[in-house]
Amino acid sequence: MPAIRTNILATLGPVLIASLLAALSAGAASAEDTVTLPLTIKDHRFEPAEVHAPAGKPIALQVKNLGATAAEFESSVLHVEKVVAAGAEALIHVRPLEPGRYKFFDDFHRATEGYLVVP
Amino acid sequence: MLATLVIVFREVFEAGLIVGIVMAVTSGVAERGRWVAGGVAAGVLGACLVALFTRGLSELFGGSGQELFNAGILGFAVLMLGWHNVWMARHGRELAAEMHEAGAAVVAGSKSLAALAVVVAIAVLREGSEVVLFLYGVAAAEGGAGLGMAVGGAVGLALGVLVCLLTYRGLIIIPTRYLFAVTSTLIAFLAAGMAAQAIAFLEQAAVLTALDQTVWDTSWLLSDASILGRALHTLVGYVDQPTGMQLVVYTATLAVIAVLMKLFAVPPAPQPRAA
Repeated sequence: MPAIRTNILATLGPVLIASLLAALSAGAASAEDTVTLPLTIKDHRFEPAEVHAPAGKPIALQVKNLGATAAEFESSVLHVEKVVAAGAEALIHVRPLEPGRYKFFDDFHRATEGYLVVP
Repeated sequence: MLATLVIVFREVFEAGLIVGIVMAVTSGVAERGRWVAGGVAAGVLGACLVALFTRGLSELFGGSGQELFNAGILGFAVLMLGWHNVWMARHGRELAAEMHEAGAAVVAGSKSLAALAVVVAIAVLREGSEVVLFLYGVAAAEGGAGLGMAVGGAVGLALGVLVCLLTYRGLIIIPTRYLFAVTSTLIAFLAAGMAAQAIAFLEQAAVLTALDQTVWDTSWLLSDASILGRALHTLVGYVDQPTGMQLVVYTATLAVIAVLMKLFAVPPAPQPRAA
């Protein structure tokens, strides 16, 4: 019995590591054509309130919090969630998107919302 | 004040659920109060440190430091939870048998208690750092901590503790012979949910891009921003719009824990020992 256990562990380990490495290298390949979109939060409003990005390209949202309080940049459609302290700047990566209107908001101040539009 | 209360409660709520489960899992084990309290204290301290260094942390790894840090500690929590389950599958029975022989149970139980204390610390750290950042921001904006904020924060915290107690009370009414099966299942799902959340952070850092499309959308049925959605998110990892990779990792985590528990389980003794 112990021999079988060791065998399963010995095979499972490398397989997991190999698949993780494969996934990591796949991530690095597409980093070059990323579209960076600057965005600021001030007085509990996103500026601009609507940003545009081309379809099918990886996107990076560069969120600068010029407000006096911390914000939590969040979007369930975009699968992102990140605390941005007052005065801080954050880079948030978004996967390549299909055309659509994607809502994001500040989870600490729900009325603060904006849209990422992919035509 | 109400806004502060709602936000503090929302964050403390998730940590409260996890602490409640850990309390139930370890009920009857000597010294567990000290371990759980230690975990909470370490988590609060960690939360303050993370909040303090949040800007520096954010700027690491090309602006993705926060994501990689979150993914890292979540991954560690998954390992601890998985290890606890496997350990309990092996030693749970003897632990239960020796529970009244305090000395042996303390030695045996403290190993898995340490793992769960780490999980408590991580849960408190993650949610706590957001509370600290939020409250600090409000205090700074208002030029000093206002009374409304203090009251809102305190009530939010108290409600979170209440959630913790209710979870604990709700679980320990389960008869002892089923408790192990119930808590093992809960812990396995907790681990799978945390693993899927770690994947979301890796996707947000653009470290992981394979299978990153949304597979389904159940936000019309249950939004993961609602209170029930949040509870299920913490307990079983409910996400209303999961990506392919999240589903793969979620399933794999459950499968690996189940297989390891089977492999390391004590085979049922064929003949009862003479008393």
